[in-house]
Amino acid sequence: MSTIELKHHDQSTSSREVSDEEVPYPEGKLIVSRTDTRGKITHCNQSFVDMSGFEENELIGQPHYILRHPDMPAAAFKDLWDTIKAGNKWKGYVKNLRKDGKFYWVYAVVVPNVRNGKVVGYASVRRKPSRTKINECIALYKTMLAEEQS
Amino acid sequence: MKFTMTVSPDFSPDYIAGWYIFNTWLQNQTKQAIHLELYNSFDKQREDIKADKIDLIYANPYDASMLIRDKGFVAIASPYRKTDEAVICVNSESEYTCVEDLKSGCTIATADDPEVSTIGMIMLEPADLSKENVTIEELKNYVMVAKSLIGNKADAGFFLKEAFDDMSKFIKSQIKPIVTSQISVIRHTFLIGPDFVNNSGICEEDFRQLINSMHESEKGASTLKSLGFERWENQDHEEAEFMIDLMDTLVS
Repeated sequence: MSTIELKHHDQSTSSREVSDEEVPYPEGKLIVSRTDTRGKITHCNQSFVDMSGFEENELIGQPHYILRHPDMPAAAFKDLWDTIKAGNKWKGYVKNLRKDGKFYWVYAVVVPNVRNGKVVGYASVRRKPSRTKINECIALYKTMLAEEQS
Repeated sequence: MKFTMTVSPDFSPDYIAGWYIFNTWLQNQTKQAIHLELYNSFDKQREDIKADKIDLIYANPYDASMLIRDKGFVAIASPYRKTDEAVICVNSESEYTCVEDLKSGCTIATADDPEVSTIGMIMLEPADLSKENVTIEELKNYVMVAKSLIGNKADAGFFLKEAFDDMSKFIKSQIKPIVTSQISVIRHTFLIGPDFVNNSGICEEDFRQLINSMHESEKGASTLKSLGFERWENQDHEEAEFMIDLMDTLVS
């Protein structure tokens, strides 16, 4: 277990414990959450709570990047926000950080919640990813991260 | 004015009589003439929805999306504690123990049920399987899906969990589930269309109250029993919209 300092797009920083232990994605389940337009969590289902390792009351009102793993390149999240802010659906493979420092991979799909023609928030649904795709992303994200840090 | 009610074709044949009983109950309560039209085919039902021939519908989540967003239907209720889940099964003597054991080129048996097919295909993704690298054998019903597995024609089959649970012990002894969805948020919903809202003389809130309190009367409770429901649970507009957003994340 090591401690790392994470810098977020809103310029805030957080200190988190990180380990190299993976938690397997639960079979057959969907992890569901909903955020406001600024990315703060307004709703999450039990699978979200269980996999994140946080209590529900520790998640509601927090920015979604509470789950951001340091191995994820910033460019992936920039692409996510650019896509959903343009009103489109975003799909991608994401490595998430749990409260206890362990990690889990998901295949995430994020859609804008449009009500009366206006975006009122975003819904994100994660499902079990394929190991082949995860391995591709491990290599890709490593390269992207190296470029961002150079 | 005469209205038409229909039911998503994925309902269990065991409840055909129940839907007629529900229709009679509804006509007595609303004093409206309502014709119940049942379909064997999703496509034919959708044709009639598109032609504005349907006024009330017990819809699957797929069609609820189109009905609410394109046709102006209003969500009224969903069956209490009943969500739509899918099961992937294989022959009980097969060596497959998990989805990842299934390989490219395998054959998947499905019934004509777009929702179960969608959830089933999502559960195959961890094995790198998609419609592009499996052979889909589309059959008329879940008993035929089970028979295809028992006869070793298909490697795996998709079932609506409710249909799987209702199968006979004899069939269930010959097939085994390798994964069951636990989505919990996708549900069938009872909807009313704009013509019914505008011309039945019953306001939406009164109709909502009528449906959601149905279990409180003896007659209503026995009618619900004939549908296999304990009671209805209110579905407000935002809950229905959110379910549609979630469905949107599941379709490519």
